[in-house]
Amino acid sequence: MDCYTANWNPLGDSAFYRKYELYSMDWDLKEELRDCLVAAAPYGGPIALLRNPWRKEKAASVRPVLDIYSASGIPLASLLWKSGPVVSLGWSAEEELLCVQEDGAVLVYGLHGDFRRHFSMGNEVLQNRVLDARIFHTEFGSGVAILTGAHRFTLSANVGDLKLRRMPEVPGLQSAPSCWTALCQDRVAHILLAVGPDLYLLDHAACSAVTPPGLAPGVSSFLQMAVSFTYRHLALFTDTGYIWMGTASLKEKLCEFNCNIRAPPKQMVWCSRPRSKERAVVVAWERRLMVVGDASESIQFVLDEDSYLVPELDGVRIFSRSTHEFLHEVPAASEEIFKIASMAPGALLLEAQKEYEKESQKADEYLREIQELGQLTQAVQQCIEAAGHEHQPDMQKSLLRAASFGKCFLDRFPPDSFVHMCQDLRVLNAVRDYHIGIPLTYSQYKQLTIQVLLDRLVLRRLYPLAIQICEYLRLPEVQGVSRILAHWACYKVQQKDVSDEDVARAINQKLGDTPGVSYSDIAARAYGCGRTELAIKLLEYEPRSGEQVPLLLKMKRSKLALSKAIESGDTDLVFTVLLHLKNELNRGDFFMTLRNQPMALSLYRQFCKHQELETLKDLYNQDDNHQELGSFHIRASYAAEERIEGRVAALQTAADAFYKAKNEFAAKATEDQMRLLRLQRRLEDELGGQFLDLSLHDTVTTLILGGHNKRAEQLARDFRIPDKRLWWLKLTALADLEDWEELEKFSKSKKSPIGYLPFVEICMKQHNKYEAKKYASRVGPEQKVKALLLVGDVAQAADVAIEHRNEAELSLVLSHCTGATDGATADKIQRARAQAQKK
Amino acid sequence: MAFPHRPDAPELPDFSMLKRLARDQLIYLLEQLPGKKDLFIEADLMSPLDRIANVSILKQHEVDKLYKVENKPALSSSEQLCFLVRPRIKNMRYIASLVNADKLAGRTRKYKVIFSPQKFYACEMVLEEEGIYGDVSCDEWAFSLLPLDVDLLSMELPEFFRDYFLEGDQCWINTVVQALHLLSTLYGPFPNCYGIGRCAKMAYELWRNLEEEEDGETKGRRPEIGHIFLLDRDVDFVTALCSQVVYEGLVDDTFRIKCGSVDFGPEVTSSDKSLKVLLNAEDKVFNEIRNEHFSNVFGFLSQKARNLQAQYDRRRGMDIKQMKNFVSQELKGLKQEHRLLSLHIGACESIMKKKTKQDFQELIKTEHALLEGFNIRESTSYIEEHIDRQVSPIESLRLMCLLSITENGDARCSLDTHYGPEHLLTFSNLRRAGLLTEQAPGDTLTAVESKVSKLVTDKAAGKITDAFSSLAKRSNFRAISKKLNLIPRVDGEYDLKVPRDMAYVFSGAYVPLSCRIIEQVLERRSWQGLDEVVRLLNCSDFAFTDMTKEDKASSESLRLILVVFLGGCTFSEISALRFLGREKGYRFIFLTTAVTNSARLMEAMSEVKA
Repeated sequence: MDCYTANWNPLGDSAFYRKYELYSMDWDLKEELRDCLVAAAPYGGPIALLRNPWRKEKAASVRPVLDIYSASGIPLASLLWKSGPVVSLGWSAEEELLCVQEDGAVLVYGLHGDFRRHFSMGNEVLQNRVLDARIFHTEFGSGVAILTGAHRFTLSANVGDLKLRRMPEVPGLQSAPSCWTALCQDRVAHILLAVGPDLYLLDHAACSAVTPPGLAPGVSSFLQMAVSFTYRHLALFTDTGYIWMGTASLKEKLCEFNCNIRAPPKQMVWCSRPRSKERAVVVAWERRLMVVGDASESIQFVLDEDSYLVPELDGVRIFSRSTHEFLHEVPAASEEIFKIASMAPGALLLEAQKEYEKESQKADEYLREIQELGQLTQAVQQCIEAAGHEHQPDMQKSLLRAASFGKCFLDRFPPDSFVHMCQDLRVLNAVRDYHIGIPLTYSQYKQLTIQVLLDRLVLRRLYPLAIQICEYLRLPEVQGVSRILAHWACYKVQQKDVSDEDVARAINQKLGDTPGVSYSDIAARAYGCGRTELAIKLLEYEPRSGEQVPLLLKMKRSKLALSKAIESGDTDLVFTVLLHLKNELNRGDFFMTLRNQPMALSLYRQFCKHQELETLKDLYNQDDNHQELGSFHIRASYAAEERIEGRVAALQTAADAFYKAKNEFAAKATEDQMRLLRLQRRLEDELGGQFLDLSLHDTVTTLILGGHNKRAEQLARDFRIPDKRLWWLKLTALADLEDWEELEKFSKSKKSPIGYLPFVEICMKQHNKYEAKKYASRVGPEQKVKALLLVGDVAQAADVAIEHRNEAELSLVLSHCTGATDGATADKIQRARAQAQKK
Repeated sequence: MAFPHRPDAPELPDFSMLKRLARDQLIYLLEQLPGKKDLFIEADLMSPLDRIANVSILKQHEVDKLYKVENKPALSSSEQLCFLVRPRIKNMRYIASLVNADKLAGRTRKYKVIFSPQKFYACEMVLEEEGIYGDVSCDEWAFSLLPLDVDLLSMELPEFFRDYFLEGDQCWINTVVQALHLLSTLYGPFPNCYGIGRCAKMAYELWRNLEEEEDGETKGRRPEIGHIFLLDRDVDFVTALCSQVVYEGLVDDTFRIKCGSVDFGPEVTSSDKSLKVLLNAEDKVFNEIRNEHFSNVFGFLSQKARNLQAQYDRRRGMDIKQMKNFVSQELKGLKQEHRLLSLHIGACESIMKKKTKQDFQELIKTEHALLEGFNIRESTSYIEEHIDRQVSPIESLRLMCLLSITENGDARCSLDTHYGPEHLLTFSNLRRAGLLTEQAPGDTLTAVESKVSKLVTDKAAGKITDAFSSLAKRSNFRAISKKLNLIPRVDGEYDLKVPRDMAYVFSGAYVPLSCRIIEQVLERRSWQGLDEVVRLLNCSDFAFTDMTKEDKASSESLRLILVVFLGGCTFSEISALRFLGREKGYRFIFLTTAVTNSARLMEAMSEVKA
């Protein structure tokens, strides 16, 4: 174990720092790093290099090349830079590369060198050019801060939601500040800048001079400043070789160090671990790397090559042409276990397990020792935790083995932490692999979360690995596998060299009916790449019509959209399409489309009936549907028109339409109605009273009731009312009037076509038995019994029934015989019945 | 007398949950508009709303005043207006006029529109066109299933019938689908599904898609209801057109049961007040007579009255203690029963009075003749006379439709529609919906119409001919009737006291077609062997069976059957199926878009002057 701590370097009494190799880079750089603009994303992100920048007066004709590599040096993209001179590069939180040009334009590229978008930092920046720029990360996303040629600052705290802020002027600023940085405090971005011996803090409103507490005297200028990853701490490097370390609020000094090197450092970054009390900054010069903290001595490393520092959450990554290393404070758990001659429970447990493997009884001794102290649980936890911070799988394994060994001697140790650590390490080792090149530490991984890590894998098009991780961690399909497959499909549709059929088939084969996959999203992407046909093919797989239709409309496949909407049975959807069509097509085409879709047509008609009557008419006109047109005018004749002339005119139009539709009958009927309307109008004029809008029947009745018999008859003749109806009509009307005299006259006018039973009935209804009897005698033989019963003449009814020898009539009469009064009659019937039976 | 259920009859699921769901959702919506507010309710929604949340519940949630949505300016002075409406364009215009009037007056209020059961895009569009889309907030009250009784769920959408079967508007199908989805989430999946009719098939398929999309929820649940049967109203118009003679149906025909309750007028209550009575299984008297043929009801009621009297009389021989017991325990129940009994006797009397006046016997006889297909000439002349006498337009139309369907359009009688202009528009509607059929497609003028042409002078006459363009639907009632044996052969008198088959609901003359189809399919567990019937019903493409292989369903649940009537069902059909259930040990549950009867069907087809 002695050699294990060989690369541990103590800083002061309490902390160790170690540096180990992540990858050996074989990216085969042609240029020195110092000749390039370099940007490396945090969380083991990619590295961008822009060679041949403009600051060197080289042949301007040579176009620079922008290269993007993974953290392990695998080339991801390489493109010729065709735009203007670039001042600064930086990665956003979404791993997009922001390239700030001299003219203030910011070009945004994807991980694979695909151009995404660009935006400008404003006119002021355009005019004064960009002197310097920083890309920084805030809670909201990624920000850009720019120092212009006029020594003014402009910044945007979130490039996703671009809002430019021009910072106030620094009074008396004549030259560029010696160093500056963007600070993010209380959710607001500030700028801290150093001019000579003075420090200024710029916020939205004001510029204030600040002084770090306890700063050593004699400073005439600040050469470098560094803000920690979390914006909590600030380090300043002065021209006296003095380093001040304190809080970013400049209210408290943590420590100071004098390195006695006056040369300005190339880079200075913080190197601290979350929840650690140790503070340290790493300062890099050309060939020297120094870790300084709250101690009199610093740790020094020699740099063999040009190197670049990338601050991380819990350490610093250092990469050069040949290697990629990680420098960090040794985590507490590891320190406890591996510190020389450590007696920490974890250390003992590790030892015990080793002895156990050697089949030595010492294992028992060690275990006993831990157990006697009652620290076995702690020991197991320490081992698990330390395993998380180890980079080498071998070491992870032996620590986990120790933990698992210790666990056996514990009754109730919850297995979650052990299981999760195993899973996490498996994932971490997988993504740290050289081919993947995401050197995340355990703390970074926890900070980033698995979801973001999956996103990043997807961004790198590492779909199989992402899916394997999802399956391994048993993530719910919708969050995991489906989402990744959907991303894969979206990428797939961008492969222009593959035919539409093949892409569609491949996608469907992979995705099948996986829940949570939206084919319409993929189709939208395909459409976005200009592959409309492919989009339509993909939409075929979309089971929800509601998702198909909007995209089809967007692709201007309105007719297809309409039939899809109709298939769905969702009337709202059909309506959406209809409205879209109405605006998109000219009226004629719109109506033609409707004509082929009866369901849509009836829906639209329903709507027009309520909201756009004129359109309804046009609809019928377009179709030469004279029949419906006629009906339309007829409805209008009573619904829309008030004046009688208007109504007649509407009816005339309707009649014309019916003639055109070769519907003679309807036309004639309509004309009759016109005639009736005119006539009713005349009646109203001449007789007064209300006639309009009565039916023919009611008109005649009203006339009779008003005593205008002549007119009534005339009307009946004119409109050829059949006899039967007329008789019923007159009968009812006269009875209502109780004009018995007229009724009798009427009954005698000729033989009744409806017989005389109705007369009897109607008289009885008016309780006029006397009149009823008059007619009862005239009722035909078949109905005589009924009539007699109606007027209450049971005896006579019985006689007639007996005479008829009709069984049904006999029983009818019998059922009317009530109590004693009709006793005799009843007997008579019974006798007749008996007689009939004898015969 | 009242048929008890077989001891092995399965228990019905508890549907009161649906009410609670609806109430909670409504309260949630009302609370979304905090503070005092006035509530405008559409007339059609008032009765259903009353069954879900009464006025005091509404008041608890700060509803101040209640208004009816009608075409009048609102007098409300509240600062917040809430509208509870069906998604109709008419309503949108009303709301728009209100909001715009406020705007003109420079008044700002808060408006909220709650659509029940769902909102339609067309409505939102009208709001937008009227320029008030931004002023109102819209919400949906997904209240689509009202349990009217322990075995009857109604969607209370009478307009479904007209909108779908006449106007071809499919907008309500989605509502049906949502309702079915709700049922399957609450009561488990349905292992066996059957259906007939275009709408049934469409609804079923959409429902299946929805379930697949949201699967996981119902998966693994034990089904509570073993079968579901979907049926379009247009498969069987005949049954719905007949006069009802079962007590509940007769009450509906006479007094109109509205949303499970009926208003008995002074002639029934024998006082000067009308009384609103809830008719369901909780009414013990009603529960015993609802499914009875009317001819039995009177006898039953008088028997019941005698029993009641006997129970009252018991108190004569009682000592104080017994009397105390009697008063505290039995008297209330007896009084209640007494009250109900006198109400139903009153109703019976009133029905008798009305029915004898209009020659009810004659009418029934004609209907039976039409169903059986004999004495057509007599029947036609009866109908003719009916028309000549101008008895009631709705009634005449009904008989005409019945004649037309049963005789396959061979209605060679002179029909005239001298009832007023609006009924001529109705004529064409009936044709389009297939309630009036043509003898042969292509015949431009049938005998009926050629006669009509001579007589009609009403302005709307032209509407009749609309039908010429519409596809003629042929009715094959006679053949179907023979195939399914709908007219039972009776030797001697049909004993209505002890019914033998479902025909008892029509005095033993006719087995309701819809119920017979359901019976046959359930017996076979498929449409197998019914091909000919399906063909005759013009439903060859729209009859389906779908069974899941899983046999998780308990034998209990397999005897529960949900019957879905798309376009409404009648109380006669309900009674017939209840009878069938008792015979076979099933329990039927009814889900209907609305409870209907012949008059409602005819009214739905009527063009009414706005």
